[in-house]
Amino acid sequence: MMMIVAITACAVCLVMALVRTALGPTAFDRVLAVNAIGTLVILGIALHGFIMERPEFVDIALLYAILNFIGTFAVLKIFSTGSLGDQSTRAK
Amino acid sequence: MMDMLLLVLSGLSIAIGVIALLIGSLGLIKLPDVYCRIHAVGMIDTAGASFIILGMIIHQGFSLVSFKLALIGVFLFFTSPIATHAVAQVAHKMGVKPAGRNLVKAAPTKKAPTKKVNAKSAKGKS
Repeated sequence: MMMIVAITACAVCLVMALVRTALGPTAFDRVLAVNAIGTLVILGIALHGFIMERPEFVDIALLYAILNFIGTFAVLKIFSTGSLGDQSTRAK
Repeated sequence: MMDMLLLVLSGLSIAIGVIALLIGSLGLIKLPDVYCRIHAVGMIDTAGASFIILGMIIHQGFSLVSFKLALIGVFLFFTSPIATHAVAQVAHKMGVKPAGRNLVKAAPTKKAPTKKVNAKSAKGKS
């Protein structure tokens, strides 16, 4: 019962973060909102596994946690240096 | 009796997490600035996610699934502050100004009176 309440709250928060992604003035607002959406998706996957009584979904949630972290850093590195560290494609 | 207690405890923990999630995403909409919104995202990432995962661990009991959930919780708890710190650092580096009144003008006008006060106090002592 409490799990269903929690997954509904996750959906509501996801919609609010999507609003911030749509109308964020700078790109960093959007990066921040996408980071929050990633966390909410992790929680949603784990809660969905518990509601459906298939806890194997926890593995997928763990993978999403790692991907969320790496993705945020990749986007920030492109913003700050203009490349992902590859010397041959670096902007002069 | 013990099962009932565990159920209530996990429900309470998930309820605290849900409240933290709602407060955090409301702040993500309402706050005026990138540097302010980072606080709201930190609320979602640490308080909300940690309490909901704690509730699921209590609900599950001691097993491999609860170990994996604890792994997710520890990972989120340590990586989300690093990610938000990097966002703030890059935003400051790229020149995003904080919202607010007289933030830039206040710095030089504050410095001048302190120098005068110091000179007066030095004169008074001598």
